[in-house]
Amino acid sequence: MANNQPTALERFLRGILPENPLYRQVLGTCPSLAVTNNMKAAMTMAASVAFVLICANLMTSLIRNLLKPHLRILVFTLTIAAFVTIADSFLAAFLPEMSAELGPYIPLIIVNCIIICRCEVCASKQGLFASAADAVGQSVGYALALASIATVREILGMKTWFGLPVMPGSFPAWGIMILPPGAFITLGLLLGAANWAASARSKPSAKPS
Amino acid sequence: MHYLTEYILIAVGAAIINNFVLHYFVGICPFIGVSRRVDMAFGMGCAVTFVISIAALLSWTVTYYILRDGAPLTGVIIRAVTGDPKATLDLSILSYLVYIFVIASAVQLVEMYLRKFIPPLYKSFGVFLPLITTNCAILFACLLIFAKVVGAENPWGLGQSLTLAVFGGIGFTLAIVIMAGIREELDHCDVPAPLRGPAITLLIAGILALAFMGFAGVSGGLEKLLGAPQ
Repeated sequence: MANNQPTALERFLRGILPENPLYRQVLGTCPSLAVTNNMKAAMTMAASVAFVLICANLMTSLIRNLLKPHLRILVFTLTIAAFVTIADSFLAAFLPEMSAELGPYIPLIIVNCIIICRCEVCASKQGLFASAADAVGQSVGYALALASIATVREILGMKTWFGLPVMPGSFPAWGIMILPPGAFITLGLLLGAANWAASARSKPSAKPS
Repeated sequence: MHYLTEYILIAVGAAIINNFVLHYFVGICPFIGVSRRVDMAFGMGCAVTFVISIAALLSWTVTYYILRDGAPLTGVIIRAVTGDPKATLDLSILSYLVYIFVIASAVQLVEMYLRKFIPPLYKSFGVFLPLITTNCAILFACLLIFAKVVGAENPWGLGQSLTLAVFGGIGFTLAIVIMAGIREELDHCDVPAPLRGPAITLLIAGILALAFMGFAGVSGGLEKLLGAPQ
């Protein structure tokens, strides 16, 4: 059983591109649409998800031999909820403005499919080190995905990046990009681009002739 | 009259102006996953509306009587334990754990009840019921109610909370059924290969969100209209 599981390094590398949680698995779309109208919010979100994902993966990996099959989803969810409460209290105490801006989307990490999916796929089957590597890889992949959306939306919508002005003054800000429709359209186009890149890369090997 | 106005504003706000899917981006997973056919989308919408109402009922009760600062039930217990007549206990830090537990058990109970007493309805909901536990729309509704009950000047009663939940669910149904109707037509179109699946769905959702932004002014007009007869 343990032989056909990927190693820690494979788990880590897979999370970043081949199994990118957002672009390849289309998981965790809700926060990726809601908090990506500027880079600061997106990166705070990515850090919170990374914290919860790593802690939940480690915890699940530690208790994996005690899990009962029919109760495992409930145990995962409650573990995640506990860590999300910690992250939420931390943000409220040290970054109150960011906490107010992200609002209910931090508690909504509890039902983020990425974390339950990683607990189920990796942490409940593999050891501590592989689970940690997997969590870090997925977190980096998710952070990159959020950064790509937030970059497009913030530069086009507010002409800034991390609050720094980057576009020439004559460029009109596209107000729609920081509103809900801009989120859907940006993610749709980026997802299409990711699919196109993936199919273009796999084509040469698919056609042997 | 005043109450009616408030209820209508909450209802229209939750269902159309601040649509759960197209404005708050919650419940995107089923919105993309289960919007291939209109009948399935409608089934999912009904199941979500059903569960969201029950979850709102339970979470309001728990928040109001147990979790919030100065809640009556916790107050009685803590006063009996400590012997201090003014002692209160704020359990709102536990809210996330409690809500997710409440939602999971509500889904489980609803499933068992339907299977036993209303089998036709159970069959028509099918696989959607267990999926709902991880639907962010439900937890989102609970969190909205939490924000309105804890720390608000005049906390929401059960009526307002239920109105928000039911009409939030109806708004979700509306959005997912519209999307399914468009996607059925889309089957006959020549979509570029990389955009097939979730990508084109998101692009359409963007256009739908643009359309729903047009409702943003409705709230003020409605207030004026309903406020006038007073």
